[in-house]
Amino acid sequence: MHLVTHSAPRRRSRARRAVAAAGAALLLTACGSYGVDPGADADTGTVTYWLWESAQLPAYQQCADDFEAQHPDIDIQIEQFGWDDYWNKLFTGFVANSAPDVFANHTSRYGEFAERGLIVPIDEYVDRDRIDLSKYVTGTTDLWVGPDGKRYGLPKDFDTIGIFYNEGMTEEAGVTREQMENLTWNPQDGGTYEDVIAHLTVDENGVRGDEPGFDKDNVRTYGLGLGSAGAPFGQVEWSYLAMTTGWWYMDAEAWGTEFHYDDPRFQQTYAWWRGLIEKGYMPPLAFTEGGAPDQQVQAGRYAMVTEGSWQTANFGALEGVDLALAPTPVGPEGHRAAMQNSLADSISTSSQVKGAAWEWASYLGSVQCQSVVAEAGVVMPAIASTVDTAKEALGRTGFDISAFTDQIDAGTTFPYPAVLKAAEVQSITSSVMENVMAFNAEPDALTPMNEQLNALFE
Amino acid sequence: MALTSRAARTRSSIRPSLQVHGYRPDSNGTRRERLTALAFILPALLGFSVFYFWPTLRGFYYSFTDFDVFNRPTWVGLDNYAALLDDPTFWNAMKVTVQYVVINIGTQTVLALLLAVLLHRLTRSVLVRSVIVLPYLISNVVVALVFYWMLDAQIGITNQFLGWIGLDAIPFFGSQDWAIPTIALVNTWRHLGYTALLIFAGLLMIPDHVYEAGRVDGASEWKMFWRITLPLLRPILALVLVITVVGSFQAFDTVAVTTAGGPADATKVIQYYIFDLAFQRYQFGYASAVSVVLFLILASVAFVQLRLMRANESDVA
Repeated sequence: MHLVTHSAPRRRSRARRAVAAAGAALLLTACGSYGVDPGADADTGTVTYWLWESAQLPAYQQCADDFEAQHPDIDIQIEQFGWDDYWNKLFTGFVANSAPDVFANHTSRYGEFAERGLIVPIDEYVDRDRIDLSKYVTGTTDLWVGPDGKRYGLPKDFDTIGIFYNEGMTEEAGVTREQMENLTWNPQDGGTYEDVIAHLTVDENGVRGDEPGFDKDNVRTYGLGLGSAGAPFGQVEWSYLAMTTGWWYMDAEAWGTEFHYDDPRFQQTYAWWRGLIEKGYMPPLAFTEGGAPDQQVQAGRYAMVTEGSWQTANFGALEGVDLALAPTPVGPEGHRAAMQNSLADSISTSSQVKGAAWEWASYLGSVQCQSVVAEAGVVMPAIASTVDTAKEALGRTGFDISAFTDQIDAGTTFPYPAVLKAAEVQSITSSVMENVMAFNAEPDALTPMNEQLNALFE
Repeated sequence: MALTSRAARTRSSIRPSLQVHGYRPDSNGTRRERLTALAFILPALLGFSVFYFWPTLRGFYYSFTDFDVFNRPTWVGLDNYAALLDDPTFWNAMKVTVQYVVINIGTQTVLALLLAVLLHRLTRSVLVRSVIVLPYLISNVVVALVFYWMLDAQIGITNQFLGWIGLDAIPFFGSQDWAIPTIALVNTWRHLGYTALLIFAGLLMIPDHVYEAGRVDGASEWKMFWRITLPLLRPILALVLVITVVGSFQAFDTVAVTTAGGPADATKVIQYYIFDLAFQRYQFGYASAVSVVLFLILASVAFVQLRLMRANESDVA
């Protein structure tokens, strides 16, 4: 208030100085808040837990109730956010030091969290509690060994890829279930896989894709659906084909720094896949903005789609269509291939209750909790002994999920190719791959794209 | 919130130009008056400093650093700006944004003016006015999603209609050529009524006797529109244009909930690119540099517009 007692010009300079001082003070305090809060190791208290899958919420709430009954001094608070919001919220949570103590994590994301020290390695806990890693489904635990060789989560479920097809349409076309389960493929003529796709494609006049007079510009039902250009890894789009040729994404199983998108085996696969659009057997990329693949399947626009096992319950619930499930085709090297991924729960470095957080995270990956999850029939739990329960529960959706599990038993699944700088990789690859799929560029544009990716890690 | 504050701003900027008589803008009033004024302005000033001014300053600072939020920013001088010049995605984003603004502002302003004049000359019904502003009251995200589904190439209702009249399906959001016009027109639909209402408020301030005089002189409606309405509307139009152009440059939500920048960056407007850089790739320094460039562009656009249209003078008095 004393400001007004002075004459006008002086008052202004004073005020200015006061603002400057306040600004400098703010700058200083702001600078002091970088880095990750080390948190604490309390064994009791409230543990917050986040997940994105709403369909799994009831099962995990059940797990939380059971867990609280066994650990009266730990409270579990579950919060659920949709996939897109989830990662943004988690990120702001880390920045504002309000991240959940434990959260469901994804193979495509945790590398960056680990690199920045935002989540803790659990090797010591695993050793201390003598957790038997062999009880998990083959391949799932390795996915959670980070770029530094440390373990960042215990797998709780796993997913893989299969072909969902409209059985009413295959029956009408005279394609048997046996044929669907024994498809073959190669990047030259597409094998019986392409034959079936062509035969299931029907134009507006009712002419099939492999019959004379087929009008590829007026297609009523596409033999194979399309969700996106499949950048960067084509998890449900093209990886099940490329991997049957002996190709692999990069110079290491995970966390590679040199990519193989310039390999002719990959580019031939991609070119064949894109060729389905030219032939009228698969919709143009431009048609994929809007309704999701499951909606298109329900509307009878797609006869079959390649999708992840996490969609099983969703496809099972579609009204008005009769769907069945087949394994992905056998490729030129004589085997099938399907990407296998797994989710796990990670513990935030900033958690004040890391002891309790570990209790909860390990309970989530335990037989007790996974049996509850298996029973719910939404996903396939990562503990091998509970898979049969899950098969039965998922079987209630009407699908034979051995299309998924047989590939794991046969060892033809391959792990999700985790990389660092995932968002950069995503951004570079989607721009190029979308242009190729939209026929604005040729498949050889994938070679300069590969150089761009390699340059990221130089 | 946005509605009331924007409307308030419009009104307050109109009033001084009307009340020039006996008002000395350079007058400081008594000390008591000054204190009262300060007390009134303080809450707004506080909000402005904490939520606008301070973040802007920090943004400027970060634009000269390499910063991922978790680690201390390291000073890199003008590196971010140099990188920006060589960044094809940035230039593509600028191109896409300008395309969006031209289509959005072009259609929106012409249609809003038309609608406002119709409102003014034909009806004074409050009901009609409220109906016109309805789309603006619907959340952007809801509008975007509803159009996204309606315009789907394969199962959308719009393409069903197009099919009945014998046209091929148009992939409105999926085609690189259609996506930006589609998004621009969706937002034109949403903002049309609101813009028309602003212009309508300006029309109400044009005294009736000017039109009476015109009518006595035998001027047609068409002539009166060009000779009376448009010139007298100029300050309001300038203001409306500044507000809508600045808003249009910041298009984000429609893109975020529909195409997410795709297909192949065809809808990666500058605000979405900033979001992508900062919140998905953790490049806060570089994202800040892009924001600063956007800030400078918007500031000069607003300045030039206000200057060209002499928004602070009215021909009414």
